[in-house]
Amino acid sequence: MANSIAPQKRVVWDGNMAASQAMRQAQIDVVAAYPITPSTPIVQNYSQFVADGDVNGGEFVMVESEHSAMSACVGASAGGGRVATATSSQGYALMVEVLYQASGMRLPIVMNVVNRALASPLNIHGDHSDMYLGRDAGWINFSAFNPQEVYDLNFVAFKTAEDLNVRLPVAVNQDGFLTSHTAEVVEHFDDQDAYNFIGDYINKNPMLDGNNPVTYGAQTEGEWHFEHKMRQNHALVNSLDIIKANFDAFEKFSGRKYNAVETYKTEDADEIIVCMGSVFGTTQITVDKLRAEGKKVGLVGIRVWRPFPKADVAAAIKNAKSVAVLDRSAPMGTTGALYNEIAAVMVENSISLNLIDFIYGLGGRDTTVEHITGIFADLKECSDAGKRVKPVIQTINLRGKTLTFY
Amino acid sequence: MTEAHLLKGWEEFEAGAILYSFEGQAEAGVHHVNNSIQHSVADWRAEKPVFNDEHCIHCQFCWVYCPDTAIISKDKKFDHVDYVHCKGCGICVDVCPTNPKALLMFTEQTPDEEAIRNWPAKETKKDA
Repeated sequence: MANSIAPQKRVVWDGNMAASQAMRQAQIDVVAAYPITPSTPIVQNYSQFVADGDVNGGEFVMVESEHSAMSACVGASAGGGRVATATSSQGYALMVEVLYQASGMRLPIVMNVVNRALASPLNIHGDHSDMYLGRDAGWINFSAFNPQEVYDLNFVAFKTAEDLNVRLPVAVNQDGFLTSHTAEVVEHFDDQDAYNFIGDYINKNPMLDGNNPVTYGAQTEGEWHFEHKMRQNHALVNSLDIIKANFDAFEKFSGRKYNAVETYKTEDADEIIVCMGSVFGTTQITVDKLRAEGKKVGLVGIRVWRPFPKADVAAAIKNAKSVAVLDRSAPMGTTGALYNEIAAVMVENSISLNLIDFIYGLGGRDTTVEHITGIFADLKECSDAGKRVKPVIQTINLRGKTLTFY
Repeated sequence: MTEAHLLKGWEEFEAGAILYSFEGQAEAGVHHVNNSIQHSVADWRAEKPVFNDEHCIHCQFCWVYCPDTAIISKDKKFDHVDYVHCKGCGICVDVCPTNPKALLMFTEQTPDEEAIRNWPAKETKKDA
């Protein structure tokens, strides 16, 4: 049905506005948040919606720290109701203890994370240090590459988190400033259509149901802890099928298609770059430029960072000769976290190719088409030599003597 | 020693390690196997609170403050200490406002009659 796609209006929003508008349309029961750059506008915009009476009676809880913000979210979500927040960097770091509580209690909280570097030294600009810090916290993690995707993925996030077969918290990551403060054209739904896509919140074991008293946050020592954590991991690993089903539902609803792993011109590509975040766009432009020169290059974007879509990644890279992974975080004593995932997928699937890692963009350092072109040149050298002729880790746009590792 | 029926497989637990208090609706009053009413914590206790009816004014402070609801009241009057759930923290004794107190801590082995025989006398006001 051609007319089954919801009517949409085009506006100019940055990633923060896209997130806060999606939150408003989701009719959240409780938002507890503490502002921190570069996600402050999400909290600020949302509090404006509250003041204007635009959140359908939802509560906004002002707290004194991010630890309290996530704690209040855990309490509200266990109480029963749709709950969301937003944060970045140091605030995310302060939340980490409670992130594990939220996922362990299987609470479907949605959090917009505007990715920013972690101190020290202090830096307010974008990189993926905070996202990597929360890697093992048991949250579903989406990566949005631009403001439209921030908006869209919020709806998929609520729908996935609250699915009775998932009931896990979801983080929607976007790059600090490059996405959060860059205004682009965004197509948005009418309020009612947007809400209807998510649907009404379904309670599961709400603490405020006096007829069915329930304990959250139990202590489980050696006889039980392992079973509970593996049940949680089972739910997280298997949530990938529901995420994919929700991407399909979202395509029918909006006309925009999302995949656990986004691919661009990979079918016949000899050299492929794997990345997350806004660098996807820069790399896409580079791929187009190099394709025009007849070079067989392609791009893979990790849309779902957790649960990691191993089979989709294997399918995307299996025919390449050389792959470069872009890690936007200091790897601190080993290879980058995304590199490690790709290396594992290669071993599990007996995929033989030349794999190299690039550390880029720390603290908001620019990464341009010229830099990406250089990465593809390195990959071509490996492909032509039939072996990895480059160091395992290189650094992009770093001043000083050439710095490589391993 | 954990009872075998509590050692379920990973797929048998409730998601989120949540524990129910009752089987079905609370009003039916059927306690769930995970309800702590069936779980004695008496062996956590080194000293026990002993109640002396002679001094109690039924202010209910102990009932309000007990962190484990181990003070059982009926008709707004102190009834008894639930020694299955009392962990011996002594908060009930601490908040008891009478002189002498109506609740005092004694070693676990002290018989209640002996404790009451040895109850301290009313303290007199000392000159400032």
